[in-house]
Amino acid sequence: MNEEYITIYINDKKYKVKPDQTIMQAADACGYHIPRLCYHPKLSIEGACRVCIVEVEGQRNYVASCAFPVSDQMRIQTNTPQLRRARRDIIELIIDNHPEDCHTCERDGNCELQRLASSVGIRARHFDGPRKQYEIDLSSTSVIRDPDKCILCGRCVRMCSQIQQVHNLTQAHRGFGTVVMPAYNMPMSESVCTKCGQCINVCPTASFLEKNYTQELFQKLNDPDLVKVVQFAPSVRAAIGEAFGIGAGRNMEGELVAALKKLGFDYVFDTQFSADLTIMEEASEFLERVHNNDKLPMITSCSSAWMKCMEQFYPDLIENISTCKSPMSMQGAMAKSYFAGKIDVEPKKILSVAVMCCTAKKYEAARPELEFNGMRGVDIVVTTREIAWMIKSAGIDFVNIQAEGFDNPIGLSSGAGTIFGVTGGVMEAAIRTAYELSTGQTLVDIEVEGVRGLKGIKEGSITMEGQEIRVAVAHGLGNANKLLDIVRKEPDRYHFVEIMGCPGGCIGGGGQPYPGVNSIPMDENMLAARAEALYSSDRKKTIRRSHENPSIQQIYKDFLGRPLSKKSHELLHTHYKKKLPKGIVPEAAKI
Amino acid sequence: MPKTDTKQDQAKLSELKEFIAKCKEKPNPQSYLIAVLHKAQELYEYLPRDIMDMVAEQMNVPTAHIWGVATFYHYFNLTPPGKYTIQVCLGTACYVKGAGQIMEAIQDELSIETGGVTDDGLFSLQGARCLGACGLAPIIMVNDKIHGDLTPEKVRKVLKDYRKAEKSKAS
Repeated sequence: MNEEYITIYINDKKYKVKPDQTIMQAADACGYHIPRLCYHPKLSIEGACRVCIVEVEGQRNYVASCAFPVSDQMRIQTNTPQLRRARRDIIELIIDNHPEDCHTCERDGNCELQRLASSVGIRARHFDGPRKQYEIDLSSTSVIRDPDKCILCGRCVRMCSQIQQVHNLTQAHRGFGTVVMPAYNMPMSESVCTKCGQCINVCPTASFLEKNYTQELFQKLNDPDLVKVVQFAPSVRAAIGEAFGIGAGRNMEGELVAALKKLGFDYVFDTQFSADLTIMEEASEFLERVHNNDKLPMITSCSSAWMKCMEQFYPDLIENISTCKSPMSMQGAMAKSYFAGKIDVEPKKILSVAVMCCTAKKYEAARPELEFNGMRGVDIVVTTREIAWMIKSAGIDFVNIQAEGFDNPIGLSSGAGTIFGVTGGVMEAAIRTAYELSTGQTLVDIEVEGVRGLKGIKEGSITMEGQEIRVAVAHGLGNANKLLDIVRKEPDRYHFVEIMGCPGGCIGGGGQPYPGVNSIPMDENMLAARAEALYSSDRKKTIRRSHENPSIQQIYKDFLGRPLSKKSHELLHTHYKKKLPKGIVPEAAKI
Repeated sequence: MPKTDTKQDQAKLSELKEFIAKCKEKPNPQSYLIAVLHKAQELYEYLPRDIMDMVAEQMNVPTAHIWGVATFYHYFNLTPPGKYTIQVCLGTACYVKGAGQIMEAIQDELSIETGGVTDDGLFSLQGARCLGACGLAPIIMVNDKIHGDLTPEKVRKVLKDYRKAEKSKAS
């Protein structure tokens, strides 16, 4: 017998489990899924909801299994009639303060609270508690906050402070009057919210939602005077199937192109094309910085939540940030300039729509710094969730649809553009091109393993022209925080740094489908499956380097000239400035 | 940034900063947040936002966290208190002698709710537990002065007297 194991009894069955874990963890390992609500394995234990109670022999009261350690010879009951009743009463009390509006709620059918109530067998409302009556905060371009639906599990607050380390949300006031809000009850638009949308992903109800643009988009799709152009991000194709009940990890690229055409878009382009374009500009910018001894490390600028985070918390690093716009904004700019010229249409007649895995992209699209010729590059941004809803709402049979291809001339992409959606992908894509542009030689081993995977901070290096180039990658703003503290202390340690605002990179974005029945937000298996969908797509492509993409070569020949040309700077680059939001102090907000 | 226009402002701010500096010398400095907020309220009578920002910066605690603490405890005032703070005793003795009606009369007379401040900044209104003057029940305390044996009519007169006294002081 292994001495490292202890004996416990769950529902009178004997199990050998590891010590130093909670009852919930032990029960999970033994195949018992104790119902839970405020618990999340990546967040600190709150023990607030009491849904996960179990009976432990010798304990006077039921204990919260998420917070109670196992011990040798412990006898645990998870499903006695009395316990089931107590658990059901607890959940009944939680929902009796919750609005009775499931059938008009945006999360109807996708709601964790709804599922939980159903799973414990609540079939009637025995209590009718007081309801909350607060105003919905619609101020933000990206994230709306509805305190009436909040059940105070605190997952959003922990997500924002522990994983993202943005510390925007807190539980203010107390008792029944407790409300999740930013400091000073400021509107979300004026708070330090980076719009990453991770609060939406972890919310078990509809207390946080993306700002929804689906109705506006349906309207515009019916406007005969507009040329309707759409692009979608790499990560959208890797996750949208989940919204239709397809297991994580299936790449639905062609199906999504077809569905968007059926929705009424005239041209469907690929954000991966402009990911290649980003690499051409960004790799050139990087090489220029290295040759001219300019500010290093260069830090990537694709992630819009990271952009906002940087402007408010890291203004000292502005000179390190690549001036490249994100692929979405580059694509928007190309649609309204290069493409508009090709089809001979006035740029203002083009409706430029982006389908993104991201809520912060809604904010990015509205950034005045990104305008060119008095226009926004992207007019409307919808998330993966929103487009999935639109496809369902329009009655399009997504699961059985016949796949179609992207439109030209800004629809073709290399494998490098594909992997942008995964943490480390931008770095890997940039290395593939920077190496070959600088050395003139072919990079044989183009899969840069060091920057792959879901480790919070990853490091790697590559030798170019006899010089060792050291790179680092962080995903999730909390990991970014740790990495950038190193960068501040040791400015010479790295040459190139990639930051993605969301855990896992864009595949874990704040606009991705809600987890299904057997999954949870930030589930590593789910993220790995989405990542693999993109990596396998890269492997299958014959063109895997951005500079070998013929459409990219064409656009430089016909329109942009060369990377970092005057025209590129006008259309594809931007600038940043220190923006200190009210109620926050630079440097200090991070612990 | 907190005001530093007058010598008094500067003195208050440096006293608070010194207090924070002392807390930071101790182990787990962030656990002194409540003590620091107490000190701030002692100096400013409430917790102004710029002071909470300053505390956030000095103690390296997120502003949202400070806001959570400041709103959790009744003790902390988030708006400047009135010149006269009225505490209505809601202890058992006062309550059976009609403290409820006294409270209602004050709310009506001043057009504010419990916890509020009048528009002219003269009065703020709070409920209190037993103030230890049960022989005079029902009572209210206006700053340090006790007014006992009240009726709704009498309490209205007490408030009017304060107003009158203020007016005559002003003229």
